Amino acid sequence: MALKTPLYDSHIVRGGRMVEFAGFLMPVTFEGIVAEHETVRTKVGLFDVSHMGEIFITGPGAVDFADYTVTNSVAKLDEGQICYTVCCNEKGHVLDDLLVYKFSDERILFVVNAVNVTKIFDHLQSIAPEGLEVRDLTSGIGQIAVQGPAARDLLSSDPFFSRVAARIKDLDYYRFFTFEHEGAEILLSRTGYTGELGYEIYLPAKMAKEVWDGLLDGGGKYGAAPIGLGARDTLRFEPGYCLYGHELDEDTSPLEAGLSWVVKLKAGDFVGRDALIAEKEGKPARKLIGLEVMGKGIPRQGFTVHHNGETVGKVTSGTFSPTLKKALAIALVKRAVPKEAEGITIDIRGRAASAVRTPLPFYKGSVND
Amino acid sequence: MVPEECTYTKEHEWVCHEGGIATIGISEYAATELGDIVYIELTEPGSNVKQMDPIGTIEAVKTVAELFSPVSGEIIEVNEAIIEHPEIINRDPVEEGWFLKIRISDPGELDNLFTFEEYSEFLGEQED
Repeated sequence: MALKTPLYDSHIVRGGRMVEFAGFLMPVTFEGIVAEHETVRTKVGLFDVSHMGEIFITGPGAVDFADYTVTNSVAKLDEGQICYTVCCNEKGHVLDDLLVYKFSDERILFVVNAVNVTKIFDHLQSIAPEGLEVRDLTSGIGQIAVQGPAARDLLSSDPFFSRVAARIKDLDYYRFFTFEHEGAEILLSRTGYTGELGYEIYLPAKMAKEVWDGLLDGGGKYGAAPIGLGARDTLRFEPGYCLYGHELDEDTSPLEAGLSWVVKLKAGDFVGRDALIAEKEGKPARKLIGLEVMGKGIPRQGFTVHHNGETVGKVTSGTFSPTLKKALAIALVKRAVPKEAEGITIDIRGRAASAVRTPLPFYKGSVND
Repeated sequence: MVPEECTYTKEHEWVCHEGGIATIGISEYAATELGDIVYIELTEPGSNVKQMDPIGTIEAVKTVAELFSPVSGEIIEVNEAIIEHPEIINRDPVEEGWFLKIRISDPGELDNLFTFEEYSEFLGEQED
């Protein structure tokens, strides 16, 4: 049976069309994908991301252990800093992409994809040294993403967050702080996955609905609206952010997926490091590229990509870009496909649709504003 | 068109029959289910099609659907307006958002389709 997030009742009241996703009943749309997409690009949208997994690593050596399990350098993080990274297996292939929050040397939070919570939790448990605690606290935590150019104004003027308004205004990208409310810890981070200025709030599940409804009901002035999973996907697609199950999976290395910037091969040992060093020396076999379909049709995940008649890869994500009004694809192709490649086609249900390479990201938003 | 006077298919197309000409579109339910429609491809006028032949493709932001001909006959007109502005379909699937007109070659086929009441019942079952 599908789980409900703490915001389920609010979604129903607000007209969310619910679907099952990663074991949770989640809203796929409210007003419509294009309208919601535009809300986030121009105003501010709220996302229920309570389905995401929160795994805490606590105890002496938590930082060292976290560092060993992901490709990015957790040791280099300040307290209150976050990094985006991937967790690989011994083959150097991606088990999940995640955020790592460093509270202190002895307390680390991994925020993982809903579909991978159990996998990552089991993986961490199996390699955790004695004395270190690895706990999956997903079910007790609500998570809300506030994304869009007006996100800062909405949050800092909200009655619930007014006590930390100054800290919100000073918060830099990929930094977080916590504060107390009725004895519980609430975490606020300058993170998100839309390409826009944004924040994510982690709070006890039982407080989530009150905060969510407060932000939405009081956010009319900023055009705040709830956003479903449909627009969440088109919003992450345009800035070229990877999504597990599309660009990333256990058959793909982070080097192929354009994530070499989160793979710190010189910063100490981690699971998959040897494989990734070897892969880097031999050059990765594939790479992620952006494509625009010229003419008719929309590329979708799994469609094959051809160059001068040869099959060179497949589309990992494709959609009609609501912001750019183009049919775009992210594709994983053989490394040999040249930058100025002509003669690329995508097989759209048996028809060869011509496509041209276009740089990733397709779109840059207000994320650093 | 008057929804109550149309016939419907399991694929959520509506067929409005008048003087041997069937006007075809997709139901409100289908338009909502697909979400924002961004691109339409339709078989050219002049083509002869059989009942259940694919006659078009509907691309929404997140999904794609095939359009199947509810009747046999000759396609005599396609709605150029929806090809230029597919968003019309979401706004008004049952009037402005019609897809194409077919000169029916076998009026008996219309009997295979749902009446409005049958379609409403079918939708009820879908949502259960």
